[in-house]
Amino acid sequence: MSQPATLNWFARHELTLFWRDWLSMMSAGRSAREGVVKLVLGLAAIGLHGLAYSLLAEPLSGGFSADKAKLVMLTGSLALAFFMMMSQSLEAVTRAFYTRADLDLILSSPAPVRHVFAIRIGTITLTSAAMATVLAAPFINVAAVLDGPHWLAAYPAMLALSAIATALSILAVVTMLHYVGAARTRLISQIIAAIVGASFLIGIQIVAILSTGSMSRFSVLSSQSLIAAAPDLTSLLWLPAYALIGTPWALASLSLGALVLLVGVIHLVSPRFAHYSIATAGLSQRAVRQAGRSWSFKRRLPSFARRTPRQVLRAKELMLLKRDPWLVSQTLMQILYLIPPAIMLWKNFGESASGFVIVAPVLVMAIGQLAGGLSWLAISGEDAPDLIASAPLHRRAVLVAKIEAVLSVITLIGGPILLVMAIASPWAALMTCLGVLAASTAAIAIQMWFRAAAKRSNFRRRQTSSRAATFSEAFSSVMWAGAASLAVAGSGFAALFAALALLVLGFAWVVSLPRQGG
Amino acid sequence: MSDATPALEITNLTKAFDGTHAVDGLSLKVRAGELYALLGPNGAGKTTSLRMVTGLLQPDSGEIKVCGIDAQLDAVKAKRLIAWVPDEPLIYDKLTPMEYLEFVAGLWGIDADFARYEADKLIDTLELGEKAHERCQGLSKGMRQKVALAGALIHNPKLIILDEPLTGLDAGAAKLVKEVLRARVAGGVTIIMTTHILEVAERMADRIGVIDHGRLIAQGTFDELRAGDNNQGKSLEDIFLELVEKERATA
Repeated sequence: MSQPATLNWFARHELTLFWRDWLSMMSAGRSAREGVVKLVLGLAAIGLHGLAYSLLAEPLSGGFSADKAKLVMLTGSLALAFFMMMSQSLEAVTRAFYTRADLDLILSSPAPVRHVFAIRIGTITLTSAAMATVLAAPFINVAAVLDGPHWLAAYPAMLALSAIATALSILAVVTMLHYVGAARTRLISQIIAAIVGASFLIGIQIVAILSTGSMSRFSVLSSQSLIAAAPDLTSLLWLPAYALIGTPWALASLSLGALVLLVGVIHLVSPRFAHYSIATAGLSQRAVRQAGRSWSFKRRLPSFARRTPRQVLRAKELMLLKRDPWLVSQTLMQILYLIPPAIMLWKNFGESASGFVIVAPVLVMAIGQLAGGLSWLAISGEDAPDLIASAPLHRRAVLVAKIEAVLSVITLIGGPILLVMAIASPWAALMTCLGVLAASTAAIAIQMWFRAAAKRSNFRRRQTSSRAATFSEAFSSVMWAGAASLAVAGSGFAALFAALALLVLGFAWVVSLPRQGG
Repeated sequence: MSDATPALEITNLTKAFDGTHAVDGLSLKVRAGELYALLGPNGAGKTTSLRMVTGLLQPDSGEIKVCGIDAQLDAVKAKRLIAWVPDEPLIYDKLTPMEYLEFVAGLWGIDADFARYEADKLIDTLELGEKAHERCQGLSKGMRQKVALAGALIHNPKLIILDEPLTGLDAGAAKLVKEVLRARVAGGVTIIMTTHILEVAERMADRIGVIDHGRLIAQGTFDELRAGDNNQGKSLEDIFLELVEKERATA
């Protein structure tokens, strides 16, 4: 009999699954699309390298020398990437403990559990490093060509940062599992992941607004006051930046530190992996109920109140939206991104209307995206499609109820900001409101045209069901945001952007016709 | 509806997927107040036929009448009389069984007082009491099946269509479900169910229909089927397998 499940064997198994899963996600499960995916990725890589060249050719023409200004910019960008990695790995580590899939099979096999855990964590490290590196890669490659191969050190540096992020995420999740319990950890972890992912960017934007009146993070990172206050070039704070540009001692220290931390955490936690996995699998109803009790002030018992089927459907949608941990974290993220424009609004309140030109598009974009996510959950993400389809209701009534639920959430979130805006500048508020309405309506319409019944738990993968829907939704939001911004500024070009948004919508409708059976 | 009006009348029903006929000119009548077992091998067209009856699939051609109502011309009216429980019970993980029943009752527009009374009764009858106010996400398959069945019964349908209702149930739960179904039939409700457990069909069904290649190949009471050529003394399993074999040989 051969040795069961060696580390190599598990690594191969995990990588095969990861690759197939990723390909299936990118091609929406259609093998015919795999070629198209590869082609699009290839073209995108060429395009990004071109963009990187145009941006780096001039700054690197005289060679790169590390001064405080450059180290501040590099460290700030690395911090941004690190927070994104933290968010990504926190979410992935949580999933590693909670997703059953093959875990039951593996845990019931004679395979050593520490191998499973080590490989899963290794995959998470690589994934979050890859996610952060994918956008940086063209810049790293171009910098290596223009200024020397020492820039290639950025790859291991990013991997080291990802290892640190993963190790910290494991510690965070395990601490929560230990002290908060399996029933609540998932939700809390997803909320923290959302906050961590957005916090640095939002924080830096807030600083930018308060100090320079602009929302650009670069205005903070390149500000003279920050550069002047930064420590000198020998400070350990610059270690990641030095590692990134290929300084040998810095790269070696960062890599070694990251490796020791990750291996140490894996070594510490892997004996408990089975214990925590079993705890998450054994989430009894009692545990869920207890969580429900302590989280809400009053447990809702069905009232069987007299309501029309439409009201019943609307109430069900709202209740499911409220109870969806994914949605809670996603909504929180959208709300977090609304904080900078809200502060901008507050700062400009009573001064000039110029700030609204920046606030309007952010608001339109954020709410448009939120509307898209909510619409998918309400329109496509139906867990009991047979029940709804066999109910004595017209399809239109079902759809209207679901759309009403989405609109009520959007109104609840966007309404207060628009109200404050209206007091300061009725014109800006009116234009932003129209933009928000148009972007939300477009997002709902696109989700409606491309609807395909799916489990709500597939929310993460909603983009894969149709690339056309995903891109149409994003472009439509961008166009409506542009239109709102120009309209607030009183520019006639707003009409052009609105027309382009309608064109995007028309394109989406035409592409969706086969799905609609038209 | 008079007693003579069939609970379900299907005439020349067809449905093809990518040129392959899943249902091919199916015609059958199910009498009001009977328990009708629809049997067939995998891929015979049972579920497709029943999904068309419940309005979940659009037929290519043919006619479906539920208690005399044309299910294609007046789908909403027909749906009001039907309950459908698929083989994989799809319920909301984030709702409790009681909330699920409240939701279904609301969808069918059931009087609130009656719905509350029925929900309590069903929760009690189907032994869901302990889990009534706990979210469905962690319920076992059997419990989920019972919740789905309770949802089907809460609006007092005249025609209940069940796809493999006993799959995944333990012996106790299966006995309970069978009792509940028998009680409904005794109260005048019509039940159509598909099952691969032929003993269940043999013991429970008033009449049995055998379907293959989307067509009805035999129909009758168990005794009537047994009275056919050389079927005396045979079990339903033997009769079924011979019918399917003969159909496949002539197809």
